[in-house]
Amino acid sequence: MHDTLTALRLEARWALSDTLAMARRNLIRYVRSPELLVFSTINPVMFVLLFTYIFGGAIDVGAGNYIDFLLPGILVQTVVFGAVQTGVGLAEDLSSGMVDRYRSLPMARSAVMAGRILADTVRNVFVVLLMIGVGHAIGFRFNASPAAIIAVPIVLVIFGQAFSWISAAIGVSVREAETAQVAGFVWIFPLTFMSSMFVPVHTMPGWLEAFASVNPITVTVDLLRGLTQGGEIMPSLWQAAAWTVGLVAFFSTVAITQYRRLS
Amino acid sequence: MVEVREAPERHESTGARPSAIVVRGMSKAYGKVQALDDVSLDVAAGTIHGLLGPNGAGKTTLVRILTTLLPPDSGRAWVAGFDVAREATQLRSRIGLAGQSAAVDEYLTGRENLELVGRLYHLNRSTAERRAAELLERFDLTEAADRRSKTYSGGMRRRLDLAASLVADPEVLLLDEPTTGLDPRARRELWAVIRQLVSDGTTVMLTTQYLEEADELADRITVVDLGRVIAEGTAQELKQRTHGDVLSVVVEDSAQADAALGVVARHGSGDARIDADGVTVTMPVAGGAAKLAAIIRDLDSGGVAISDIGVRRPSLDDVFLALTGHTAGADRED
Repeated sequence: MHDTLTALRLEARWALSDTLAMARRNLIRYVRSPELLVFSTINPVMFVLLFTYIFGGAIDVGAGNYIDFLLPGILVQTVVFGAVQTGVGLAEDLSSGMVDRYRSLPMARSAVMAGRILADTVRNVFVVLLMIGVGHAIGFRFNASPAAIIAVPIVLVIFGQAFSWISAAIGVSVREAETAQVAGFVWIFPLTFMSSMFVPVHTMPGWLEAFASVNPITVTVDLLRGLTQGGEIMPSLWQAAAWTVGLVAFFSTVAITQYRRLS
Repeated sequence: MVEVREAPERHESTGARPSAIVVRGMSKAYGKVQALDDVSLDVAAGTIHGLLGPNGAGKTTLVRILTTLLPPDSGRAWVAGFDVAREATQLRSRIGLAGQSAAVDEYLTGRENLELVGRLYHLNRSTAERRAAELLERFDLTEAADRRSKTYSGGMRRRLDLAASLVADPEVLLLDEPTTGLDPRARRELWAVIRQLVSDGTTVMLTTQYLEEADELADRITVVDLGRVIAEGTAQELKQRTHGDVLSVVVEDSAQADAALGVVARHGSGDARIDADGVTVTMPVAGGAAKLAAIIRDLDSGGVAISDIGVRRPSLDDVFLALTGHTAGADRED
């Protein structure tokens, strides 16, 4: 019994240290490849400026400033678009033969994917804080308790991870970076726009409103609006939680199964 | 509860040296394509073993099975004494793999690449750093060590890739077409490195399509074609399979190749052929030198203009032809 426990503990320690090593490697890649950094920082900044100063004036969100309505949406968009990179990176490592090398090493099998998702989570924390700063500079204000404010990045990071798993499942299935990029955006783009991200859903035609109301992006954006502006967080809290748990459970299983089947 | 585990079966050959790689009855199919068909082989520790064959012969499939990347359909194999299917983790810590595409992270420096691999072999930080520095020195990459490997030449990337496969000082090194895409100079440099490794005690299995490479490096060669082992032996033994020397005639004008073929065939025991270049006629001959004068006279009187004629020891290409009925370079459906 004692031996088995020691072996398990050692295995868990290696799994952790392998994951950290892989996460570090992926973060170095982010910092050193300008296109990735630009994509994950400049893009959301452009969106927030575009909607605030160009479309914002024409969008009626009822009481309150449009930027206070918009920023929670942009934050979700940032982590969801960023998640595409999880699959692209994995596909790149698969097609370049890097994964073959990793799989021939005595490292933990889970570390390639876990290290990728951990790195993307760290990047999300950074980008979310940056976006909140940019939002603040153009008029966004928190109107909530400190506990609610602290919950904002936590919700975003967890929700972003759910989309990273979807993306990982795509990346490990298509195994080619450009395909993973296309296969990532082709559904994420409409999904983000068919939500409460930029406009209130009641302004949409009935059939679309029905879809938009249950969209995981809508419920998460609504949750964040409640958290940042001190509004109602039910029922969006449990709806967002249910979506997140469901997405992670399903897509992490798909991604890990596909990875184990690699040959 | 005490964990009971089968002691690793250390397969030993009957010869003086233990086998570093043992393969028994290995088969693998991809759909209808039989990539490996009942392959068995032994590689003695401390030797270089060449796996020679054309594209689609099953070389890469065998390397992937031996490095635990791919499960076999049937058959068993042991590398460094460990079963590829049942003791994969122990096996992985004792082997090094350099695949067909140099698995080098372009955004990391050469040093970072090696240190990362060292950490993933579970070396502690200082050991990983020391090994990286040693290998950079050994592969003449010290100057470029702190540059991103994106800036490396093809030869440097290959060297870095090979260095990465050596981080944990593996007992067995598997190299899948290690010199593909390298210029002749870089290829010779890599050959020297591989020879050095073996003289230090490492066992190497390398796959190659280059007959010259197997001849140059390998102590023993297994020739594979369409997933089957078709011959095994030293380069010398394989050459003897062609029963003698090879006479070759190069005509000036390809229109006269058929005429030359006729003349050459009259002087030999058969199997004369025209090479893919359309101007070279070759034929296996016994005591070929004695026939040269007569052949030259006949070609001359037949009005065939030649640019070269000679008798040489058979190349492995000739061996491949003798064994399979087609040359190793011939295009086939894979």
